[in-house]
Amino acid sequence: MTEPLLAVRDLQKYFPIGGSLFGARRALVKAVDGISFTINAGETLGLVGESGCGKTTTSKLVLAAEAPTAGTIEFEGRDVAALRGAELQDYRRKVQVVFQDPYSSLSPRMRVGDIIGEPIKAHERLSSADVRARVAQLLELVGFRPDVARLFPHEFSGGQRQRLAIARALSTSARLVVLDEPVSALDVSIRAHIISLLEEIQQRLAVSYLFIAHDLAAVAHLSQQTAVMYLGKLVEVAESLELCAQPLHPYTKALFAASLPSHPDEPREDIVLTGEVPSAIDPPRGCHFHPRCPFVMPRCSQFEPPLVELSAGHRVACHLY
Amino acid sequence: MPPLLSVKDLRTYYFGFRGTRVVKAVDGATFTVEPGETFGLVGESGCGKTTTCHSIVRLLAPSGRIVSGRIELDGEDLVTKSQSEMRRIRGGRIATILQDPMASLDPLFSIYDQVAEPAYYHQSLRGSALRQRVKQLLTAVRIPSPELRMKDFPHQMSGGMRQRIVGAISQAGGPRIIIADEPTTNLDVTIQLQYLNLLKDLQRATGVALIFVTHNLGIVAKMCDRVAVMYAGRIVEMQSVRGLFYRPRHPYTRALLDSIPKLGVKEPLRGIPGQPPDLSDLPAGCSFHPRCQRAMDRCRVDEPSEQDLNGDGSVRCWSPIEEGAARD
Repeated sequence: MTEPLLAVRDLQKYFPIGGSLFGARRALVKAVDGISFTINAGETLGLVGESGCGKTTTSKLVLAAEAPTAGTIEFEGRDVAALRGAELQDYRRKVQVVFQDPYSSLSPRMRVGDIIGEPIKAHERLSSADVRARVAQLLELVGFRPDVARLFPHEFSGGQRQRLAIARALSTSARLVVLDEPVSALDVSIRAHIISLLEEIQQRLAVSYLFIAHDLAAVAHLSQQTAVMYLGKLVEVAESLELCAQPLHPYTKALFAASLPSHPDEPREDIVLTGEVPSAIDPPRGCHFHPRCPFVMPRCSQFEPPLVELSAGHRVACHLY
Repeated sequence: MPPLLSVKDLRTYYFGFRGTRVVKAVDGATFTVEPGETFGLVGESGCGKTTTCHSIVRLLAPSGRIVSGRIELDGEDLVTKSQSEMRRIRGGRIATILQDPMASLDPLFSIYDQVAEPAYYHQSLRGSALRQRVKQLLTAVRIPSPELRMKDFPHQMSGGMRQRIVGAISQAGGPRIIIADEPTTNLDVTIQLQYLNLLKDLQRATGVALIFVTHNLGIVAKMCDRVAVMYAGRIVEMQSVRGLFYRPRHPYTRALLDSIPKLGVKEPLRGIPGQPPDLSDLPAGCSFHPRCQRAMDRCRVDEPSEQDLNGDGSVRCWSPIEEGAARD
C-alpha cells in the first residue's frame, strides 16, 4: 500500500469561551475532538455532518489556518505543525481551498487574470507572460475561453464563479484541495456541472480532495471514502458505496433516512431523530449521540464507544457493534 | 367542486427606471390548487416561483406589477382587491412561510405575541381563549413546555424551533392555504425531515392546502401531490408527482431529474449546459431552446403552446419526450 498523502491522527481543536480577559476561562468548545483519517493521492474523502459538527474547523486545521490543540497532521510523510518558513509556504502552495460562497470568495476589484495569477506570483518566480500563459491554461481547464481573464467577477454567474475559484485553487499545482461545501450555494443544474468538472480534473491531474458537505448523495458520488462526523467526532468511516449500501451507525442511518428521495416511491428507513444537535460546549456524556439515538442502551450514556474497524476499511463508533 | 385557488394566465413584470427595462418574472402562469392538496412549484433561482407567490398574496416589491391575469381564491379575484381587503385575507385565508426563520420573526416581540396576532385579528380570539389557542398551536408544532416557551423571544430558540414557530403562526389564522417558500433551505437534513413531517401532520389534521415552492426535487418527491415546473416565468410542465418523476415530458424536467446525484449510484451526472436566460431579454421562441438537446428550428421561432396530457397535466414543448420512451 502506498503512503497516504494526508494522514490525520487524533486531531483535536478546543476553543476557550467565556471568562474575562484576566479571569480563568469558563468552558471549552470541543469543535474537533480526536479524529483520524487519511487521504490517498488522487482520491477523495467526503466529510459529512450537520452544522456545528466541526467540519469547517477540520478544514481550517488541514489548511494550517488554525493550530491543533493536540494530534498531528502529516502531509507527504511530514508533520505539518513542524513546518516553518519556506517549507510552510510550500505546504500552503500544495494545499488549497474552494469555499462555499463564490460571491464572497472572489475579490470584486480584481480581474479574473489577477485573481488566478496572484497565487502563482506568490509562490513561483515567473515572468508575467508565463503567468498569463498559466492562467490561460487554467481557464481552459475549467471550461472558459482564455480571454475572460480581463473580466471582473461580477460578470459571471454563481456556477461560473465557482469554476474560477477552482481554477485559482489549482493554480499552484496543488496536491490537495479542500472543498468546503462547494456546491451548496448553486442551483441544481449547475451543481451537476461543478461535480462533474471536479471529477474530470481529478482524473487529469490526480489531485486529492477533502470534500466537505451536508448533502450525502453528492458526497457519496464524488468521494471514494466517506466519513460521518457528529459533535467533533467521527462516528463512521467507510468506502462510499459500502456506506450507502450498509450504513451501520444509527446517526448515519438517520442521515440516510433524512436524505431526500430521488423519486416518490423510493423507500426510506423510518428513523426520525428527535431533538437537535446538542451544544459542543457541554456535549452529552458517553456517546455524544445517545440522547437522540433510537437504539440507545444503558452503557451508551456511560462509556464512549471507540472507532473500531468492523470489516476492511469500514470503521464505526457504536456500542451496537 | 371548484378549485380552492385558481391562477389564470398570470403575468407579473418588474419595471426598471421609466420602463426602460422590463423583467418578465412571471409570464403567463396558469394552475389550480385543490382543497387539502400539496402543490409543488419547482424551478431554479430566477424562474419566477417566488414572484408567483408574492403575486398571490399581493406583496410585490414596488417595481413589480401584475400586468394581467386572474388569481381566484374560492372564486373571488384577488388581483382587483385593495390592500386593506388583502390584509384581511393574508394571514387569515392565505398564510405564508418564508425561507429564513431569522428574518420572518420580529426579534422585539415574544413568541406569544407573534403566534397570537393572526388569531387575534382573523379569528377574533381574546383573553384566555387566545392563550389556549397559542398553547394548542405551539403543542401542535411540538414546542416542549409551550406555557414557558411562549414568553421567550426568537433569539432564545434554535433555527429548527424558530421555523416551527413560523409554522405555528401560519396556522394561527385558520388558513385554507399555506404558501411555503423554500421553508427548509436553511435547516440541517435531520431537522429538515422533522419539519417536513410536521407540515404533513399539520396538513392531515387541518386539511389545509399547501403550495410548496422549492428547487429541491427530493422535497417534491416527498411532499407533493402535483407539481408544476417553472422555467423563465412560464410553467413548462405540470403533472402528478409520479407522472413527473417516472414520465417527464419536457426536456427541462428530464434534465433536472438527471442532474441530481442519487444515493449509492456512481453514474456520471448530467448538468444542463448554459445558464438560465435573462428575464429582461428572453430568447425568441421557447425560452429553453438554447439549452435544449431536442431543440428544432421551430423552437427558435415559435413559442410552444400548452398541450394537454390526457387530463393528467400539461406540457409546453414542440417536441415533448414520448411517453414510455427509453432514457437516451
